[in-house]
Amino acid sequence: MDELIHFGQTTLGLVRDVLPIAVILIGFQLLVLRRPILNPARVGVGLVLVLLGLALFLEGLELALFPLGRLMAEQLTAPSFLFGEEAQAISQFDWTDYLWVYIFAGAIGFATTVAEPALIAVSIKANQVSGGTITVNGLRFAVAVGVAVGVAMGAFRIVTGTPLHWYIITGYVIVIIQTAVAPRAIIPLAYDSGGVTTSTVTVPLVAALGLGLAETIPGRSPLLDGFGLIAFASLFPMISVMAYAQLSEWRTRKVREANSSSTDTS
Amino acid sequence: MNVLLLQFFRSLRQSLQDLLPIILVIAFFQLVVLQQPFPQLGQIVVGGLMVVLGLSLFVQGLQMALFPLGEDMAYSFVRKGNLWFLLLFAFTLGFGTTVAEPALIAIAEEAAEIAAGGGMIENLEPARASYANGLRLVVALAVGIALVVGVIRILKGWPVQYLIIGGYVGVVFMTMLAPPEIIGIAYDSGGVTTSTVTVPLVAALGIGLASSIRGRDPLVDGFGLIAFASLTPMIFVMAYGMLF
Repeated sequence: MDELIHFGQTTLGLVRDVLPIAVILIGFQLLVLRRPILNPARVGVGLVLVLLGLALFLEGLELALFPLGRLMAEQLTAPSFLFGEEAQAISQFDWTDYLWVYIFAGAIGFATTVAEPALIAVSIKANQVSGGTITVNGLRFAVAVGVAVGVAMGAFRIVTGTPLHWYIITGYVIVIIQTAVAPRAIIPLAYDSGGVTTSTVTVPLVAALGLGLAETIPGRSPLLDGFGLIAFASLFPMISVMAYAQLSEWRTRKVREANSSSTDTS
Repeated sequence: MNVLLLQFFRSLRQSLQDLLPIILVIAFFQLVVLQQPFPQLGQIVVGGLMVVLGLSLFVQGLQMALFPLGEDMAYSFVRKGNLWFLLLFAFTLGFGTTVAEPALIAIAEEAAEIAAGGGMIENLEPARASYANGLRLVVALAVGIALVVGVIRILKGWPVQYLIIGGYVGVVFMTMLAPPEIIGIAYDSGGVTTSTVTVPLVAALGIGLASSIRGRDPLVDGFGLIAFASLTPMIFVMAYGMLF
């Protein structure tokens, strides 16, 4: 019964989120564009499905994944796990002591990104628009690798306590260099994939990991160092998507060269 | 009806595949690394099933409603030919969807606590609330402006990288000036502004615009709105941190 009430609350919250969007869309459609919505029944059913789907999705995450993910983030960063049972507080540590944390950060970053609904939406669109050259799963994989590297590096930053903006600015420089050399058609999509990675699934788990780390490591403040992981997670996908495009371009060229040389010899 | 059902089962299987990595990662760390049993296994299975079902329904609804709606509106705006209404629509869409975003509300409250702790504002409830509200409005404004500029970019056919690299320069410049307490939040606020419902709509709008204007390529010109909408909030939040 409690679960049912909670589910109702989640749905209600989502309706509140979606209401302004619906008002804007319908308002413009009827008052400014002055034309009826095409196929209103289909759109209505679709909107209900989106709402219901998101509500179920979030509720399921809250029931199954989030408590476990948060618990695991806490356990992995706890001194007793990292330094043996007798350790109560950490006085001396090396960044290598946190190896499992980096691996967990990368793995959870990858896995949650693959399931991110907003990324699925953008991948479907990119696949349609590119006429199939960009595959839905290829793009999602590239983005997920980027998030994995980003979150693992973000965890490393919290452990070492180095300033956030050094990493971000270095990332920007890499993005700018890649922009100059990557295939032109992929650039807008690569930029966009930075923004879509971090919504419903990734943020809560990654934030829990950041806060857990910042709380247990001496000299780190949860308020100052706990933030910033999301910034990492939205920067590195740009790099990895452009790298993916460069790699596949390079491979096609390689294949073409191989083909032309084999026809020359024969 | 049968086709719909078949389609639904296919997307159900796809969703199951999408969630497999999470299940594997969690199971591996829980059982192998931490060596602990699963607490409340029943609850986890039920929750997992809900996630799979929810994701399938969401993707289904996306294809039925959000994508066609966004693209259809983009076509109508182009056909109507009134630039101001299109820009107004872009601004309201960005502002309206961001101001109510739950992730942003949460982050604004935390930012207010940091500001109060750092002595930037009085550590009293009304002062914190007004700081948090101000921050939300600033981020929503930033997203609204970003979509307006992004739409103009699609209409003019400017390359996206000029805008983004210009934005980066702005971010780096502001980082040097802004108080260090605000930087982490400012960087994160860029990522949280674009919600799961907004992203498909904005993507469909951009692609619809780019494919209905002659000489624009939907792949090259249609994407890029979301990127810009996650960049401007960083600059605006740091500016907010400097002013208050």
